Formats: sequence, C-alpha cells, structure tokens
Amino acid sequence: MAEAAESIVRPTTSTLTWADRWDHFLARWAVNRRGHRVAPGLYALGNPTADSPVFVTANYTLSFDALRSALTGMDGYILALDTQGINVWCAAGKGTFGTDELVRRIEATGLKNVVRHRTLILPQLGAPGVAAHQVRKQSGFKVEYGPVRAADLPAYLKTHEATPAMRRVRFTLRDRLVLIPVEVVVALLPTLIAAVIGFFVGGLVTAAAIIAAILAGVALFPILLPWLPTHAFSTKGFILGGIVALPFALTVFLGNPNTALWLRVVGALTYLLALPPVTAFLALNFTGSTTFTSRTGVRREMFAYIPVMAWTFGIGIVLAIAHASIRILGGA
Amino acid sequence: MISVSALNTLKFDQALCTGCGICVDVCPHGVFALNRRVIHVVRADACMECGACQVNCPFGAIQVDSGVGCAAAMIRAALIRKNQVTCS
Repeated sequence: MAEAAESIVRPTTSTLTWADRWDHFLARWAVNRRGHRVAPGLYALGNPTADSPVFVTANYTLSFDALRSALTGMDGYILALDTQGINVWCAAGKGTFGTDELVRRIEATGLKNVVRHRTLILPQLGAPGVAAHQVRKQSGFKVEYGPVRAADLPAYLKTHEATPAMRRVRFTLRDRLVLIPVEVVVALLPTLIAAVIGFFVGGLVTAAAIIAAILAGVALFPILLPWLPTHAFSTKGFILGGIVALPFALTVFLGNPNTALWLRVVGALTYLLALPPVTAFLALNFTGSTTFTSRTGVRREMFAYIPVMAWTFGIGIVLAIAHASIRILGGA
Repeated sequence: MISVSALNTLKFDQALCTGCGICVDVCPHGVFALNRRVIHVVRADACMECGACQVNCPFGAIQVDSGVGCAAAMIRAALIRKNQVTCS
C-alpha cells in the first residue's frame, strides 16, 4: 500500500461501567450471542504516546473488556481485530483472529504512523491463528505472545517474560460455572418439548426425569467434570446420568406396589435406559467448551460411544412406548 | 517427523528444530520445554491439537492435525459428509 491510511484512534478506558457488566451478563446468558462487539480498529487507553505498548485483541466485548480492565492505570493502544464478535481463542481456531486480519488491520489503522516502535503484544491464545514470523515479514511488526489471561498482563509487563503458569490454560470451577447459563439456555426449548411429550406419555415423573437428565448434562456435568470417574466424557456422562435416573426408576418401581412386578421392572428400565444416554450425549458435546480435549480424542470417543448411546436410548424409548401402551390398554 | 503420542496427531522433527522456543511460548499445555537450546516434547499426551505450535514454527519442525474439536460440529460434518468443520 503506497499511501498510509489516516489513523483513527478511538478513546477507551479501563473502567467497566454497569452497561458493560450488563452486556457481559447478557452474553453469558446467550442473549444476542453474535451481537457483543466493539468496532474493530485502534483504541487509545489513557494517554498513550508513540512509545506506548500495543495490545491486540478480538472485537468481542468480553475479550476487549478483559484486556482493558486488566490495564488499569496504564497508557497504551488496543488493536481490536474483526473476529465477528468471537473470543480470541475460538476466533484463532477459525483463523479470523489470524495473520491476514492482523496485517490488514495494522495497515487500515495506520498503526505505523501512531507508534514509533514495531512490537505487538498478542494474547497467547491467539497463536493458533497467527504466524508470528509471517506477521513480521508482512508488516514489519514483531509479535510478542503475552500471557493466556489478561489479568496476568501487569505482572508480565514488568519483565516481558511469562512464567510457565501464565502460559497454561486452566479449567477451574469458576471457568466451568460461567459456561452453564449458555448451555442451559440453548437446551431450554428442546427440554420443554421433550418434557411435555414425556408428561403425556408417562405423567409428571417422566417429565421431571427428562428435565433432570438434561440438566445433569448441561449444568451438573460441567461442575462435576474433574471429579467424575473414568477418562472419557461419554462414560462420565453415562455414570452421572445413571445416578440421576436412579431415583426416578426407584419411584416407578417402588411407588406402584399394586402393579404387576414385570411391568414395574419394565417401567424402571425405561428410565435407566433412555435417560443416561441423553446425559452422556450432552456430556460429549461439552468437549467443545473445554480447554483441553483434542480433535483426535473427541472423534475417537464419538465412534466408540455414540452407537452405544443410540442403542440404549432406542431400546429405552421402545420400552417406554410399550409400557405406556400396556398401561393405557390394560387400564392399569 | 516422529509421532510423539498415541492420543493425538502431534509430530516433531528435532532435525529441523533450531531451538528458538516459540513453541514453548504458544503451547497452552506445556507440551514443549527448552533445555540447553534444544526443544524436548515433555508432555506429549497433553496436546489438544490447537495448532499454535505448527502455525508459529518458522522451520516446519512441528506437524499436527488441528481443527475444531467440538462433537456437535463433527457430527454435523459427518452427516453432510464434509471434512472441514467449524463451530456455529
């Protein structure tokens, strides 16, 4: 590009307002998921000079705000890439937080005319999308990978060396808890439909059992993940789903003492067969939200366990229909 | 290229490695370690195939089949018989 673009630098602060917090809350509850964006481009935090550091982030409000709020009391520039409202790590995986977008954004903002130095500080989790050596070749800027978490930036900036702990992703209870609302909201409509069908087929206990099995998958599973035995998510899910289905199976088995024994056994079995695979499937899906599962591992698990889930679920549903038919026809 | 773990597709070629250490910086699971200017794979099984090391290695010493690892996307891809998947 021959002529330098005119530099537009928007002001920003490290203070999060109530409006910001409300926006974060809505994002966590999956309200308008793609709409939590800031305009891509260059921002001035505090009163930066031509020697102030440049931090690169995504144009997702949770990413942008985590960065600027971590830089309280500091002067610098923030370069927000257009990741279409997706966080740094996911966008890097897709390539939207990537070499091309970074080089393009450096040009478009006229960053070379704004700062004298040629160093960019990127979040470490942007690395799957950004080839640091290519950025240098194409733009002249040296990429420096900062820590995984923006909160570690003040410590990092003292030496520009990240400790091994700063370089590691974690998946703490808090990290897992904040994911639950989105999981619940996404599951809400299917759960309601399944519960209503369950209510008409088997009554209140069936409806409650369906809700419990799904909630176990989307809420209880993320919480209990590290403490559930076995390694595979599917088997962890089967175990949790079995435990959750057990009280409902017992209610059916013990709650109808006047019904024939074999009918009570079939009734209890429907719960033990149809529900755990639902929880297990949701558990397997949670691999996409974790910070450590590999594609190879997930694929292997899918081939191993999805057929098992389909069979147990199918047999459970057939039994449930048979059980309901016998009850209705037999008038029991 | 030598496979380093049965659990993932990570491959490393020490002959191409110059010991620059960028892989140590970008890996979120501490898979690599720099010891006397030589890179060692120290936690091979922890690799989640994010691809950061391969993308950032200027010498092509690392290979890994990276990609979106979420089950939902892979099921969708399997159903429509496509190899490349993305999260929704």
